[in-house]
Amino acid sequence: MSPPAARPQAREIAVQGLWRDNPIFRQVLGICSTLAVTNLVMNTLVMCAGLIFTVALSSATVSIFRTVTPRNVRMMVETLIIAFYVIIIDVLLGAYWPSMRANLGPYVGLIITNCIVMGRCEAYGNNQPPGGAFLDGLFNALGYTFVLLTIAVFREILGLGTFLGMPVPFFSGPGWDKWIIMVTPPGAFFMLALVVWFFRWVQQAGEEKAK
Amino acid sequence: MNLSAEIQQSFIVFIAAIFTQNILLAYFLGLCPFIGVSREIKAAFGLGLAVIFVLTCTTLLNWVAYHYVLVPLHLEFFRFILFIIIIAAFVQFVEMAVERYSPFLYQQLGVFLPLITVNCAIFGAALFMVIREYTFIVTIGYALGSGLGWFLAIMAMAGIRQKLANDRIPRGLQGPGITLILAGLMALAFIGFAGVLQGR
Repeated sequence: MSPPAARPQAREIAVQGLWRDNPIFRQVLGICSTLAVTNLVMNTLVMCAGLIFTVALSSATVSIFRTVTPRNVRMMVETLIIAFYVIIIDVLLGAYWPSMRANLGPYVGLIITNCIVMGRCEAYGNNQPPGGAFLDGLFNALGYTFVLLTIAVFREILGLGTFLGMPVPFFSGPGWDKWIIMVTPPGAFFMLALVVWFFRWVQQAGEEKAK
Repeated sequence: MNLSAEIQQSFIVFIAAIFTQNILLAYFLGLCPFIGVSREIKAAFGLGLAVIFVLTCTTLLNWVAYHYVLVPLHLEFFRFILFIIIIAAFVQFVEMAVERYSPFLYQQLGVFLPLITVNCAIFGAALFMVIREYTFIVTIGYALGSGLGWFLAIMAMAGIRQKLANDRIPRGLQGPGITLILAGLMALAFIGFAGVLQGR
């Protein structure tokens, strides 16, 4: 990423995170830990909420401490800051929503190694003021969320015939032969590939028009 | 559970971790380096070997640390930080040792070692080991199998991608897109191994 201008506009940050440099179909980062939970929309929502919380706050925190952190232990400090926020999520889920915590399994903890969190802290939080870092993290996480939600909606409806656990009229009826493959791992790979393909195609078409 | 039953269980977990519950193809862990580094076989081989080694050693270290330090102190929620620190420290240590004693190996693996610290497969394996409550011997089988499974998957993918280098692929699908479709097909193939483990 090229160094942004001295005081980038909030609007600019939003466009970058949501669309132009979208974490999933442009950077292809951080798909590891969240792809596994996209077979149900509910799980995806909780997971993405956790991710938004972590990315925005840890990027802002890294930014606050950027002047006092020695360069050579930077990565370690960033990891600890991220882990701090993830532990908060894990403890909260364990206290108020244990069944969801069991559903998500190890994937809540895996937010720590999610490349997008570290990526934003490194690329932005490390050399920009906290306010901008917070916005940058927030919009990147939102861009990430909207793509994953698209995947989750398709997977749940096509594979199980439900949406947020409620049956969807046509897809849960006898007329629809459920695509069980959509809720299995290969379905996630195919769906993600199609989504990447679609968004990149739209983007490329837009770029060509602009020329 | 007596020892022989445990060893048998360990073996089953080992095979399952390689094929039916492949850490990459069934749990999506370590997907970023899988997409980034699978362009050529040589790099994939180096990274794969490094993953086998680090994953096996750190998962066992983490098992010991979790069961002998965190559980007695009732600090289980602290495991995320502890695991990350152990993995990072181990990788750093191995890097220094390899650089000092084996320049040849360092040339082969050197660039991949730092990448490993943020590989979710390593951290994920440690978390799975806790959630599934594996004993130490079963963990050995699990860690070895997971590493081997990851190695196998990235080698297969690198082989396929080298063949694809000259093919005409739609522009939006180039790079990550086609890799994900291939990964999906591989995941389908690996699910087919489920029959091998039936009847247990």
